[in-house]
Amino acid sequence: MITLPAEVEAANAGLIEAIDDLVAEYGDDRSALIPILQALRQQRRQISDVAMQVVADRLGIPPVDVQGVVTFYHFLDTTPTGTHVIHLCRTISCAMAGMGAIAARLEHELGISFGETTPDGLFTLSWANCIGMCDAPPALLLNRQALARVTPDQVSELVLGLRAEVSGMIGA
Amino acid sequence: MTLATIEAEQGLRAALALDPAGVVATIRESGMKGRGGAGFPTGLKWQLAAEAVAPDGVRYVVCNADEGEPGTFKDRVLLAELPDLVFEGMTIGGYAIGSHEGICYLRGEYVYLLADLEACLERRRAAGLLGPDVAGSGFAFDITIHLGSGAYVCGEETALIESLEGRRGEPRNRPPFPVVSGFRGAPTVVNNVETFAWAAAILARGADWFAHIGTDRSTGPKLLSVSGDVQRPGVYEFPLGVSIAEVIEAAGGHDAKAAIVGGAAGTCVPARDFGRAISYEDVSTGGAVIVVGPWRDLLEVAENLQWFFANESCGQCTPCRVGNVKLLEGIRALRRGELTVQQLEDMVSLGQTMRIASKCGLGQAAPNVLLSIIENYRSEVLGHIPVGAR
Ligand SMILES: Cc1cc2nc3c(=O)[nH]c(=O)nc-3n(C[C@H](O)[C@H](O)[C@H](O)COP(=O)(O)O)c2cc1C
Ligand code: SF4
Repeated sequence: MITLPAEVEAANAGLIEAIDDLVAEYGDDRSALIPILQALRQQRRQISDVAMQVVADRLGIPPVDVQGVVTFYHFLDTTPTGTHVIHLCRTISCAMAGMGAIAARLEHELGISFGETTPDGLFTLSWANCIGMCDAPPALLLNRQALARVTPDQVSELVLGLRAEVSGMIGA
Repeated sequence: MTLATIEAEQGLRAALALDPAGVVATIRESGMKGRGGAGFPTGLKWQLAAEAVAPDGVRYVVCNADEGEPGTFKDRVLLAELPDLVFEGMTIGGYAIGSHEGICYLRGEYVYLLADLEACLERRRAAGLLGPDVAGSGFAFDITIHLGSGAYVCGEETALIESLEGRRGEPRNRPPFPVVSGFRGAPTVVNNVETFAWAAAILARGADWFAHIGTDRSTGPKLLSVSGDVQRPGVYEFPLGVSIAEVIEAAGGHDAKAAIVGGAAGTCVPARDFGRAISYEDVSTGGAVIVVGPWRDLLEVAENLQWFFANESCGQCTPCRVGNVKLLEGIRALRRGELTVQQLEDMVSLGQTMRIASKCGLGQAAPNVLLSIIENYRSEVLGHIPVGAR
């Protein structure tokens, strides 16, 4: 087992425990690497440097291999995401069906550009390549659920609704 | 849709009544070629995997549910509406090649299908259709689902296997082919979602039924994903050999200027060629037909698709990694009116080099749409070049 500096280990106790739970669930074979990373990303919205080192240690592979995998796949990433992640499809059938107007409305409502997260940590806005919803364009993934035939006004409602949800929770 | 009319487990029971070689023979007699795009004969693939040396008797059946080709969504519809038939086809494939383990590689973009698919597998286990004794035959087979993480190249079968093994999805050199050395070095059959569904249908209805639909070299019905400038986008079933015009008409695409057949990796077919057939011997496709209306700028289509390839290239080999970026820059310069005829010719020869020198199908197919646009719409393309630069 790797020995992390004590203060790093203490600061990441929850993370390390989560990784050990995932290794117990998926196994310590190399084939378990991507499922473990997917679950980590889902649970913690981020795959940190420490996380990559600990996962590498538990699976007995070099940390650089873990980093290589994390940087390869669109849905794995080292940068933290917001609470809600929006992936707008930018490929041809969606592009032909008004994706541009959806993109503009998203940027306007959220006040950020693609690839960014809102300062309150609520939204991350990303592009996706073809998400297989070409029969109902323009389409996006909201927290990995597909929304089809989206209109700009729906985008505004959606953002408003998700913001209200959070302020409602804080108010209560 | 024919597949929706196939009676549950009829194909599986017919398969289990035969010996494995009989199942392979049935698929061979049907003439079916893979529905994922490359068009390799499915029966031959199964035979090669069955005959391959498997040191510890382990073989794998992999369902390619990565469906990343722009314009394709028929596998999503199949997985959502007929998952039992897909899993039945995988089970039949397992029996045919002597495999006890199936893996369904589901693209990360379809994670919302996962819960229903897992529930379907659970139901099949409870019904004795998966597990240690499939339908009382003594044959053991089970299926797990592996979720992808967003990478188009992972639809390429050797990249898919790399990904299953927990690595970057970088295509391997072939040979060895997966039927000889695939997942964990074991003989592995990788087939498309639709291929497995039709395999179950062929066992249920007979090889002759399938072989009499379509053309001599492209047998059977095919699901087509029709999108773009049409009134009724969706999944359509046609016998292979259908004309592009018929498909577009069924979906309500009037005055179409062109169709991108085969998705980003396909080819741009101009309206004057809509009489051509969708088949392995004419215009081949995994099922995507993207219809382009008369008002569209085809270079806009080309730019969108070239960006896709530049973004999805795994970066392993130079012609693809650098070539896609160069072609994208060239298309942009052309659209700005900043390209010369000589530079356009250079783009064409770069595209031709990529076709030959790229390691996998991604880089080999990446210049296709652009090259077919330049070839078929020469005057329109040249119109973007300033007079002084011609
Ligand atoms: C870049 C690339 C992406 C591919 N994506 C897919 C895919 O999403 N689904 C698929 O079935 N085949 C895909 N293929 C083809 C597979 O490599 C393989 O030929 C296919 O899964 C075999 O199944 P089939 O014979 O049943 O068609 C892709 C090939 C390449 C080069
Ligand atoms: S052709 Fe492109 S995707 Fe294929 S191996 Fe080369 S760089 Fe990777």
